[in-house]
Amino acid sequence: MTSFWSVVVTLITLGSIGAFAYLLWVCATNRMGKPEGESMGHEFDGIEELNSDLPKWWTYMFVVTILFGLGYLVLFPGLGNFSGVLNWTSANKQITSLEESRAAVANTNGMVQYDQEVSDANAKFAPIFEAFAAQPVAELAYNEEAIKIGKRLFLQNCSQCHGSDAGGTTGFPNLNDDKWNWGGSPEKIKETIMHGRVAAMAAWGDVLGDEGVDAVVEYVLSLSGRRGLDVKLVELGKSKFGLCAACHGPDGTGNEMFGAPDLTDQTWLYGGSRLAIEESVRNGRAGVMPAWDPILGEDKVHVLSAYVFRLSNPNK
Amino acid sequence: MSETQATAVDYNYNVVRQFTVMTVIWGIVGMAVGVFIAAQLYWPALNFDVPWLTYSRIRPLHTNAVIFAFGGCALFATSYYVVQRTCQAKLFGGWLIPFTFWGWQLVILSAAITLPLGISTAKEYAELEWPIDILIALVWVSYGVVFFGTIIKRQTSHIYVANWFYGAFIITVAVLHIVNSMAIPVSLWKSYSIYPGAVDAMVQWWYGHNAVGFFLTAGFLGMMYYFVPKQAGRPVYSYRLSIIHFWALVSIYIWAGPHHLHYTALPDWTQSLGMVMSLILFAPSWGGMINGIMTLSGAWHKLRHDPVLRFLIVSLSFYGMSTFEGPMMSIKTVNALSHYTDWTVGHVHSGALGWVAMVSIGAVYHLIPVLFGHKRMFSVKLINTHFWLATIGVVLYIVAMWIAGVMQGLMWSAVNADGTLTYSFVEALEATKPYYLVRFIGGVFFVAGMLLMAYNMFKTIFAPKGTLDDVHEEPAMAPQAA
Repeated sequence: MTSFWSVVVTLITLGSIGAFAYLLWVCATNRMGKPEGESMGHEFDGIEELNSDLPKWWTYMFVVTILFGLGYLVLFPGLGNFSGVLNWTSANKQITSLEESRAAVANTNGMVQYDQEVSDANAKFAPIFEAFAAQPVAELAYNEEAIKIGKRLFLQNCSQCHGSDAGGTTGFPNLNDDKWNWGGSPEKIKETIMHGRVAAMAAWGDVLGDEGVDAVVEYVLSLSGRRGLDVKLVELGKSKFGLCAACHGPDGTGNEMFGAPDLTDQTWLYGGSRLAIEESVRNGRAGVMPAWDPILGEDKVHVLSAYVFRLSNPNK
Repeated sequence: MSETQATAVDYNYNVVRQFTVMTVIWGIVGMAVGVFIAAQLYWPALNFDVPWLTYSRIRPLHTNAVIFAFGGCALFATSYYVVQRTCQAKLFGGWLIPFTFWGWQLVILSAAITLPLGISTAKEYAELEWPIDILIALVWVSYGVVFFGTIIKRQTSHIYVANWFYGAFIITVAVLHIVNSMAIPVSLWKSYSIYPGAVDAMVQWWYGHNAVGFFLTAGFLGMMYYFVPKQAGRPVYSYRLSIIHFWALVSIYIWAGPHHLHYTALPDWTQSLGMVMSLILFAPSWGGMINGIMTLSGAWHKLRHDPVLRFLIVSLSFYGMSTFEGPMMSIKTVNALSHYTDWTVGHVHSGALGWVAMVSIGAVYHLIPVLFGHKRMFSVKLINTHFWLATIGVVLYIVAMWIAGVMQGLMWSAVNADGTLTYSFVEALEATKPYYLVRFIGGVFFVAGMLLMAYNMFKTIFAPKGTLDDVHEEPAMAPQAA
C-alpha cells in the first residue's frame, strides 16, 4: 500500500470512530429542547417519539467497545501501513518456498503467528518421531504405538486416494495385498512415499492402429489366463508385444524399475475388463503419487512406511 | 391504535397488496426449498442423481428465494406502505411503481430457472448472472426513485425514523449490488468478475456482509420502527437512541465484511479492521432492539392477547441474540473455532428466521386486514398457532446448529499427543448427522406455520366485507381473568 492510501485508510478509520463517538456524546445529553421523557412533538401516522435518555449501561457498553477497538488498532496492524506496536502478523506473506518457510520457522521471534505455531508443534512432537526414526521400518512395523500413529497419518493424508481401509480404487493401488508395482520392501515403500512416483504408460492407439490395439488387448487378456479368446488375434498381438516388453518385460510380468505392472496376474490398477485394458493401451495412463517428504518430513514418512508395510505383512 | 390520518390521503395500496401476498407465497417456496436441502443433507438419496436437484444448485435457490424473494417482497410491501402513511403522501413514480413489482417478480422467476440449470457466478448471495443483475439494478434504481420521490412529496415536516432505515437500505443495496456484480460477460449466461483474487473475495464479502447489514438488518429495522409502535399503540422509546444507533449502524456495518475472511490471503490490516468494526457494531445493533422492546413499556399486557405483537417482540429478541453472537464470532480467536462450521449456519438462521422472518410475519399479519378492508385476520387463533410453530422451529434449528457447529470446530482441531489429528473429516460429519435431522424438523415446523399463514391470509382476503369486524370475538383476543 502506498503511503497515500495508508493515510486515507487511517483517516477514514479514526474519522468514523471519532464521528460516532462524538455523536454518542451529543445524544447522551438532552439537547432536543424538550423535557426528558416527553414527546418530541412530531407524529407520524399516529406514532410519536419520546425524548428519553440513552440507557446508561448501553452507552457505557458502546464506549467500552470503542476503547477496545482503538486499543486493538494500537497493538495490531489495521491503520494502513502501521504494523501495530506488537509488530504481529498472521504469516510471512512474502515467503515463496518451503525452504524460506522452514528458515523463518526456525528463527521465529514469536510475533509471526504461523511460524510460532509450527515451531511450537515441532518442539513438542518432533522428538516422538525422531525416536521412531531410529528404528528400521521392518522393526517399527510391529511397534503397536508407532502403528497407531501411522494409521492416523494414513487416514489424514493417504485415505483420500487409497481409501480408509487402504483397499485402493481404480487408478489407486490396493496397499493390503502383496502386489507392488514399485516394490514392497520397507526401503522401496519408504522411497515411494518420500519422493512420490510418476507411472507413465504411453498411448499406443496411433502407433498400433485399431486392429493392432485389439490384437494387443487380446494377447494381454491371454496372459492372465482369460478364456474364450480369438486365437489368431492373440498370435497377432503377441507379435506386437515387443513394444510393451520394454517396460512390462518379454513375459509381461512387469518391472519395478518403471512401476510397470505384472500383466499375468489378476490385479488390475485401472480395471481388468476388455474395455478398461483397451483404454489403457489406446490412450495410455498417467499415475501420480505425490512426494510426502516436503509435506510431512522424513521422520513422519518413516512411521507411515512402517504402517503401510505392516498392512501387507501382518505377521512378523 | 390511531388511524386518524388514514383517510386524509388516497394511498396507493395496490402495489402493497401485491407485494404482501407474494411475501407469503415466496416465503413458503423459499423455506420449503430450505427444508428440502436440509433433508438432502440427512438423506443424500434425495438428490435423485438429477443435476438440477442437487444440493449445490438448490442451495443458492433457497438463499436467493428467502432473502430476495421473501425478504425483498416484505421490504417492498412495508416500505411502500410505511413511506406513504408516515409522509402522508401517495407513492411517487407512476409506471415505475408497477415496474418494481413485475420487474422484481421477473428477477425471482429468472433465478428460479437459472440456478437449478447451474447458471451461476459462484458468488454467494450474488449468484445470478449478468443479464439478471442488470434487471435487478434497473428495478432497484426505480425503487429508489419511487421511495425518495415520495419522501420529497411528504406532508410532514420531519422524516420518520423508519424511513431513514428504509432509505439507507435502498441506497446501500444499490451501491453494493452494482459494485459487486461488475463482470465481463463472455456469453449470455456466463461472465467473469472484473476483480482479481483476494480483491474479488474482499469485494464479495463487503457485499455479502452488507446484504446482511443493509438488506436483512437496516431494511427490517425500518419495518420494526413502524409496526412495533403501531401494533403496541405506544410512542417510540427514544428519539435520541434512534439517531445515534442509526448513524453508527450504517457507518460501521459497511466495514464488517473482512470478518468472513479471517486467516485467509486477505492482508492482516484488513482483517483487523473488519474485526474491530464488527465488535464496535454490537452496541449500535442493540440500540434498535432496545428502542423496539422499550416501546412496549406500559403495554406489556398486550403481549398476552396479541399474537401479532408477540411475533414482533420475539423477533427483536432473536435480533438481539444474533447481533450479540455476530460480534463475538468476528473475534479472530472465536472465529478460529466457528468458521466453516454449522455454527455459522445457525447464526444466520437465528437472524433470518428469528428476526427477519418473524418481524415480516408480524408486519404482514398487521397489514392484511388493513389492505383488504377488514378489522382483523380470519383467525387470530391460527396466528397464535403459527407463532408457536415458528418459535419452536427456530429454537430447534439454532440449538441443533450451535451444538453441531461447536462440536465440528472442536473435532476438527482436536490433536493427539503425537500431533496427529484425532478425527478424520468423515467422523465429524457422522457426529453431525443427528443434528441435521433436528434442523430438518425445525424447518418443517417453520414451513408448517407459513402454510397456516397462507390459509389465514386467503380466508381473510376473500372474506365478505363486514364479517371480520368483531375484534373481540376470538377467544385468543379476549382479556383473560387475572
